Amino acid sequence: MTIGLRNRSVRSGQGAASVARTVVTVLGLPAVLVALWWTVSDDSGSFYWPPLSEIIGSFRETWFTGRFTEHVLPSLGRFATGYGLALVLGIGLGVAIGSIRNLRATLEPVLEFFRAIPPPILVPILMLFAGLGDGMKVLVIISGCVWPILLNTVEGVRGIDEVLRDTAMSYQLGARRRLVHLVLRAASPHIAAGSRQALSIGLILMVISEMFAANNGLGFSIVQFQRSFAIPEMWTGIILLGLIGVVLSLLYRIVESRLLAWYEGVRESQRGEG
Amino acid sequence: MTTFASIQGTRRPRRNAVPTWLLGMAGLAGLMAVLETLPRLGVADRRFLPPFSEMVERLTAMLATAEFWQALGQTLRGWSIGLAIAMVAGVSLGIVLGSIPLLRAATNSTIEFLRPIPSVALIPLAVLLYGTDIRATLLLVVYAAFWQVLVQVLYGARDVDPVVRETARSYQFSAWTRVRTVIWPTALPYVLTGFRLAAAVALVLEVTGELIIGTPGIGNQIAVAQTSGAYATMYALVIVAGLVGVVVNVLARAVERRVLRWHPSVRREVPT
Repeated sequence: MTIGLRNRSVRSGQGAASVARTVVTVLGLPAVLVALWWTVSDDSGSFYWPPLSEIIGSFRETWFTGRFTEHVLPSLGRFATGYGLALVLGIGLGVAIGSIRNLRATLEPVLEFFRAIPPPILVPILMLFAGLGDGMKVLVIISGCVWPILLNTVEGVRGIDEVLRDTAMSYQLGARRRLVHLVLRAASPHIAAGSRQALSIGLILMVISEMFAANNGLGFSIVQFQRSFAIPEMWTGIILLGLIGVVLSLLYRIVESRLLAWYEGVRESQRGEG
Repeated sequence: MTTFASIQGTRRPRRNAVPTWLLGMAGLAGLMAVLETLPRLGVADRRFLPPFSEMVERLTAMLATAEFWQALGQTLRGWSIGLAIAMVAGVSLGIVLGSIPLLRAATNSTIEFLRPIPSVALIPLAVLLYGTDIRATLLLVVYAAFWQVLVQVLYGARDVDPVVRETARSYQFSAWTRVRTVIWPTALPYVLTGFRLAAAVALVLEVTGELIIGTPGIGNQIAVAQTSGAYATMYALVIVAGLVGVVVNVLARAVERRVLRWHPSVRREVPT
């Protein structure tokens, strides 16, 4: 307690200097790297590595003159649909499979096999059944995202503290309340770990499904640029895709820290005692 | 005495319960049965989903061809080279960055920015630079696997017990001794977690690269089978890819357990 107080007063005492130091440590290296890229590529004659100034110059024109709503939003819509459905499916099935011992034992090898299949190779199969439309792409995203969520949920439900389970039993909590307050809550750190893995898989599959066969979407546009040798535009696509990845992981972290605030607290107190 | 026995009885699985492995086998058999009957009953289009027996037939025929083994070898070669590069780079960089607080703080934002960039974003670049050469896929594999390793090693290097760290400092250990005796043992479980994650991710990206870019390997064979309408072959290859994935996961876990025999997290793990 006293240590915490002292730390805080020291921090506020240094004030501006510590803020400046934080800014330098956070932004220093990225600034240096961007500056390096800028200067090294500035008089670059290489066809594949156009000057950064040229890439940034064409960024606005490439994406914000209609292409954003026409290609990027549909991609993100498919991603959100697929990811959302995978969450519902994965958590729902995971709770069921995790709670029933025999069901779990029966399905475990099958699930392990499906998880081990690299998800992108399901694209050719799903193309046969679902055609080339949005449905296929959403299915591809679901089929990749659902396994980590499902298996982590199973793991989390299986690992519920016996004492907690018995307590809920003796207090005769109803099935609904037991599900919300005991099962989902106890499994939520595992579910969060699974959904984090699924997030990056989903993003990969969003791009892959569009590279395979599509007439719109971010992945489609990037491949189009590459095939027509529109190199600066291709680079803007790569950068945009990177930015989307970064923003999604930031959003995910905000949601996760909200939902799992209690868990961090528990861990911290356990660490303090141990 | 009787109450104790009855509590025991309710909590432990029943004595006459079916063993786990048998249930697992039943599950696999069930999957095969579903794959066999769905097309035969006409629920799924037989052209697009041939019965399971046909896939197996094609698979056994394929096992006798040199082409298949060559493709499998190419996939495994790309996977292992990529994984090895990512491991060496991730571990060495992770230990350097993780053990020097100033460097760690300075690189943190950059790592957090670069890590979530999906590796498939690099596909067009890889194609332009290397065509369908093995290096194009290798670029994707290394990029994806590297972050898995690096982030784990950074966690691990940060996890060093403060008392141990202070002790090492009091005894004025040299930097190398500190890495060897303080940081490495602490980081090792994390390194192996990174290895396990990276092994799976590397396989996914290897096959993806083959499928999309056209680098030779299992993924490319699948694309060829699909476009030529040889669907039974395609499913047979997908089964092979899944089995390779299972083997990779099992091996990575076995390596983890073997290397960490001494570690409490493994010792405590009671087989259930």
